[in-house]
Amino acid sequence: MKLSEELRKDVRFSEGMKACINCGTCTAICPAAHFYDYDPRLIAITVQSGDEKELEKLLKGDTIWYCGECLSCKTRCPRGNTPGYIVQALRNLSIKTGYFSFSERGRQQVRVKRIVGENILKRGYCFYIDEINTTDHPEQGPIWDWYRKNAVSILEKTGGNYKAEGPGTLRDIQPSDMEELHRIFAETGAIEQFNAIEDYCDGKKK
Amino acid sequence: MEKRNDRVLWPEYQKNIAGDHYYFARSCIRQNFFPGSEELFLRILKEVLGLDIFDDAHQTTCTGIAYHSGILPVETTMTVVARQFSLMNDAGYRNFVPSCVTSFGIYTEMVETWQHFPDTLEKTKAQLKAATGRSFRLPENIAHTSDIIYKFRDEIAAKAKYRLVNARTGKPLKVVEHIGCHYAKIFPAKGVGGAEFPRVLSGMIEAWGGEVIDYPERRHCCGFGFRNYIIKENRGYSISNTKRKLDSMEPYHPDFIVANCPGCTFFLDRWQYVLAEMEGKTYDTEGYGIPVLTYEEMAGLVLGYDPWEIGMQLHQVSVDSLLDKMGIGYKSGEKYLGASKEFIGEPEKPSVLKVK
Repeated sequence: MKLSEELRKDVRFSEGMKACINCGTCTAICPAAHFYDYDPRLIAITVQSGDEKELEKLLKGDTIWYCGECLSCKTRCPRGNTPGYIVQALRNLSIKTGYFSFSERGRQQVRVKRIVGENILKRGYCFYIDEINTTDHPEQGPIWDWYRKNAVSILEKTGGNYKAEGPGTLRDIQPSDMEELHRIFAETGAIEQFNAIEDYCDGKKK
Repeated sequence: MEKRNDRVLWPEYQKNIAGDHYYFARSCIRQNFFPGSEELFLRILKEVLGLDIFDDAHQTTCTGIAYHSGILPVETTMTVVARQFSLMNDAGYRNFVPSCVTSFGIYTEMVETWQHFPDTLEKTKAQLKAATGRSFRLPENIAHTSDIIYKFRDEIAAKAKYRLVNARTGKPLKVVEHIGCHYAKIFPAKGVGGAEFPRVLSGMIEAWGGEVIDYPERRHCCGFGFRNYIIKENRGYSISNTKRKLDSMEPYHPDFIVANCPGCTFFLDRWQYVLAEMEGKTYDTEGYGIPVLTYEEMAGLVLGYDPWEIGMQLHQVSVDSLLDKMGIGYKSGEKYLGASKEFIGEPEKPSVLKVK
């Protein structure tokens, strides 16, 4: 399999990779570059070079997992490239090839899948109050403990519909709607991808 | 956008915002973290502006957080988006109004992708049909909830009970506006005023009597970063980027911050608490921090809604100092009352950040 050819099949790669002039504007405004040893300019020129060995190194490394996908780079690139889209395509290929499991940052994807992916399949929300506690999220502060303890009363006061049928804030999403969501996940390859993420990370798949 | 000398500046950033009959798409983060804001949005539209908006029980997440964390195939998100549009069709609406800025980016991105790559539209149609039996038509208009409040800012100003003015000094309150990255940085022409000079929040602030602060890191990301926040050991990224913004705005002494993105509102609020507890640092002179509001909360205060009925007691940085400045006659004793006016106890106080 030629990695550069696989990348070109991703619409985000077609949208994001035009012709990079290596100016570094993306790196100058990138929040990830402010914090990590991370340089979206280098990613763009590596991908543009088409060097298969360098591409494989990117897919197996930590670098592509540092991006925060804020897409600030899309606005500012003077040549219409979007390093954030290139990273999305690289991440997708890294998952598909299993190369994500070679790096520490890449292996975190199994936890993202368990936290967000499974919550979507369980409740139809990316997050839900019942699953968020101040042990995992100490930044929520004491206000969160108070809110969770009194969720029924507070959500009634603020007009919510907590765990009930019908529309409204934090309603229960009904089984027929959850079933449609599950079938979409199965039809479009998300369930298969979730299983592959687990299998690559525990060594069942190589 | 401003008109000067009868010449409309930047006509490409004049966004078309539908005037009535909206289909409402909810936000995962806002429902959990600021649960009063979406209900307040609906109340303002119905009670104050007399508009029609449909709140659908059948919708689900748009999958945005999973998509931008890199665990989902793009086809999955596209098909979930297509199902939401199908639900809108079923309900008889054509104007789609997402409450989350990342959802707004997701819906816009998927529509653009279908337009740029028509084969992806055909694939999505086939996958939606195979999975659910549904078909769908695209919305005629997609506008973020903040766009709607912006559109009707003058009508809200006309019905205002309070203004964004210091009741004691008569001077305008100084306001930091923070625009979520996915509102206009991905598709600048889809946001009011574009990515660099957005008007969506500054237009509201000025219409309601406040003064907008310009500061160096005004357009910097709040630091959500999706997987950079979800994974506990990555959160240094998130707090560092928020700190960069707070340090940059501090010399301008903002009275409050308003954001149009669910994540940004949350992080600008909660990381102030963490910075106070970790480093003893607070960003106002009194030690209470800078209150961080959703735009509905800002509109709600201006319109005279009870701050505790719209959920403003759920911020970790307390909003009481702002209520005092605006001269709002709130009842502090009712802050910690439940739905039946029963006392539900007080939250524990942080050790550094002061709470009124």
